[in-house]
Amino acid sequence: MSDPAVTHSPPAEPQLPGLEGFVSDWSSDRTAFKTASWGKAMIWIFLLSDTFIFSCFLLSYMTVRMSTEAAWPNPSEVFALEIFGVHIPLILIAIMTFVLISSSGTMAMAVNYGYRRDRKKTAILMLVTAAFGATFVGMQAFEWTKLISEGVRPWENPWGAPQFGSVFFMITGFHGTHVTIGVIFLLIIARKVWRGDFDTEKKGFFTSRKGRYEIVEITGLYWHFVDLVWVFIFALFYLW
Amino acid sequence: MVDATHGPDAHAAEFPDVELYHPRSWWTRYVFSQDAKVIAIQYASTALAIGMVALVLSWLMRMQLAFPGFLEFIDAAAYYQFITMHGMIMVIYLITALFLGGFGNYQIPLMLGARDMVFPYVNMLSYWTYLLAVLVLVASWFAPGGPTGAGWTLYPPQAILSNTPGQEAGIVLMLVSLILFVIGFTMGGLNYIVTVLQGRTRGMTLMRMPLTVWGIFVATVMAMLAFPALFVACVMMLFDKLLGTSFFMPAVAEMGVQLAHNGGSPILFQHLFWFFGHPEVYIVALPAFGIVSDLLATHARKNIFGYRMMVWAIVIIGALSFVVWAHHMYVSGMNPYFGFFFATTTLIIAVPTAIKVYNWVLTLWRGDIHLNPPMLFALAFIVTFVNGGLTGLFLGNVVVDVPLSDSMFVVAHFHMVMGVAQILVIFGAIYHWYPKITGRMLDNTLAHLHFWVTFVGAYLIFFPMHYLGLMGVPRRYFESGDISFQPPSAHELNVFITVMALTVGAAQLVFVFNLIWSIRHGKPAGGNPWRATTLEWQTPQTPPAHGNFGRELPVVYRWAYDYSVPGAPEDFIPQNQPGPTPPHHEGSE
Ligand code: HEM
Ligand SMILES: [Cu+2]
Repeated sequence: MSDPAVTHSPPAEPQLPGLEGFVSDWSSDRTAFKTASWGKAMIWIFLLSDTFIFSCFLLSYMTVRMSTEAAWPNPSEVFALEIFGVHIPLILIAIMTFVLISSSGTMAMAVNYGYRRDRKKTAILMLVTAAFGATFVGMQAFEWTKLISEGVRPWENPWGAPQFGSVFFMITGFHGTHVTIGVIFLLIIARKVWRGDFDTEKKGFFTSRKGRYEIVEITGLYWHFVDLVWVFIFALFYLW
Repeated sequence: MVDATHGPDAHAAEFPDVELYHPRSWWTRYVFSQDAKVIAIQYASTALAIGMVALVLSWLMRMQLAFPGFLEFIDAAAYYQFITMHGMIMVIYLITALFLGGFGNYQIPLMLGARDMVFPYVNMLSYWTYLLAVLVLVASWFAPGGPTGAGWTLYPPQAILSNTPGQEAGIVLMLVSLILFVIGFTMGGLNYIVTVLQGRTRGMTLMRMPLTVWGIFVATVMAMLAFPALFVACVMMLFDKLLGTSFFMPAVAEMGVQLAHNGGSPILFQHLFWFFGHPEVYIVALPAFGIVSDLLATHARKNIFGYRMMVWAIVIIGALSFVVWAHHMYVSGMNPYFGFFFATTTLIIAVPTAIKVYNWVLTLWRGDIHLNPPMLFALAFIVTFVNGGLTGLFLGNVVVDVPLSDSMFVVAHFHMVMGVAQILVIFGAIYHWYPKITGRMLDNTLAHLHFWVTFVGAYLIFFPMHYLGLMGVPRRYFESGDISFQPPSAHELNVFITVMALTVGAAQLVFVFNLIWSIRHGKPAGGNPWRATTLEWQTPQTPPAHGNFGRELPVVYRWAYDYSVPGAPEDFIPQNQPGPTPPHHEGSE
């Protein structure tokens, strides 16, 4: 490597556009993603790994749906509700989906206000997001209770293939756990935003790192991911 | 080479030195430490300790195969438990943990000129979760029924049926332990990846990273994508076992009784397991490739031959290893076109792998080879890996694999390619970096004794197994009894293998003794005993202090392989030495 010596304070270089920029970023020193902080790089890589987990769950679901001998129950019927005497298929799931997608909207707004250092609006929007999330989990709990009372168990159900219940509890349970963790995170971060920890750069209790508004965005990325996964679960499990 | 003079950007300077966690007490300094070096030592010690258990298990198995009935406590059930725990511990809890958690933690920040991993707190949690996973695994010996005897592949349906040993609690603890391992690894893996991508020092471009870091980095990326399949398989099998679901369980009758399971797919488990399992082979191989490259260059005083080719070979091997998994399932039956596909991809991987071997040999060519312990182990690795790779070419072909499958030939193959080869690199790496970690050299005589007994012994153990396999001696058999196709010589060979296995095992005690004894009594090593170029040898203190590099981080001016540069005052130029490389240097690009 015969390049000339690197000086101690090299000139700041403008970022190049397009493929050229990609190549120059990846062949540069220090960082490969010039605009991503450590925290953001970490959450993206975590989400990539988590994508593989959900993909494995969904692919396994499709496989057992093919391997099982008994007929697969019709989700539209199983998840239908009688509301004021009207029989509406999938209504609860539709509402849940709507709630979760809306929460992505409020989350995006919270991130925006966070970077503007608007403490109050950020905290409130995060709490609204958390409330949407909690509503989602609550409706999921309702759905679980309803199916359990109708005799659905992980190992059997009244309508057909036993794998229906297994997959239902496993996948919605795993996704619901993600949402619950997200809600807890939102509450913790919202509290810190409210207290102004990120304005004073208060150090984390465990990590002794300075607090930054960026953590709002990191939480947001996780939250959007959990929403996106739900769209796939909705399409592949409920609509199929 | 693209120039390395990119400006410092806002984010790299984001966490200045003061943000390092500074321990305030003995507990946070040595036990709940957030320093990657301490975490590395914790990972490595735990892995070596549990690895000793796996070693003892291999002795017991060998005793049973050579002298059936001599050790009375080994019945068929115990034998299967030993096999299972031996295989799983060796592959996951020893080699994976040691390469990534141990060497990864120690080398990545030091070699890249970083103060620490990017998220030290998460890094610490990673180790404690790993320890918990190990403890859960160990607990299965004390649980009713003992550890599981399902084989390290844990194939359903037998893994959870009642005639498999350890089906009361052992299998559950095994699955829980694996799930914990994946969670713990993920926390560490995020650190290794982000540190490599975003935490390098000034002047350290990706294409100036030592190959050790490249190997560990690509292996970690692979692990982050392969472990999810294991995680999901474990969760679903746990449900099959505890809740009576039928993900993997078809309709089964056991002892004439129809079980409640029905409609699941055992083949699904095999796909998930091997989607993890094959990349796992390379997750332990790529760090070894990287480390060996650095050992060879340093101890032959030569620049590594074809650095860029080596990097791309690592990346390509990593990518290809995700599309070959079903070569482990030829005997499970599959569409012939799939067999064709997977055999083809398997053989294609041989190309980048062979390139690496050629480059190692060319690195040695006309080098100033110092036959010290790290170099000996590195050479032994090349020989062993080539050996295992060649038998791999046999097994990659469907028609050859089908008769050899589940025979001792397979046992010989995978021990060569992913057992012995990797362990040899681990030893070489320990002899190489121990002086940096402790400040003292390991004893050279004991090291040579350890090397020769281990290397020759390992060949004497595993080479005859190829032959046994070709004769048709099956794998995973507790006792062969009188089988007409096995000549008496097969049994004599078994006795010989066992004696060798015990000898090699004893040699490991020499190694452990050397490790402990030299901490106090070894020759002081100084900062850079091997006169190596990479940054970990340029630290102001040895062992490196908290924060690694004193007040100022090093700045990197060159690649990691400036050895024997013509015209240079010494026969090596450290990566952080300014100034151009003297002219007429072949190694410069
Ligand atoms: C002195 C060293 C070793 C000896 C003597 C030894 C011996 C054995 C024996 C006797 C078996 C059972 C073969 C059978 O009956 O099917 C076995 C299985 C196995 N060993 Fe080793 N081994 C050693 C080191 C290692 C290492 C370093 C690894 C790391 C990859 C390893 C991984 C395995 C695996 C994965 C199995 C298969 C377990 C199964 O069939 O479920 N072994 N070993
Ligand atoms: Cu494989």
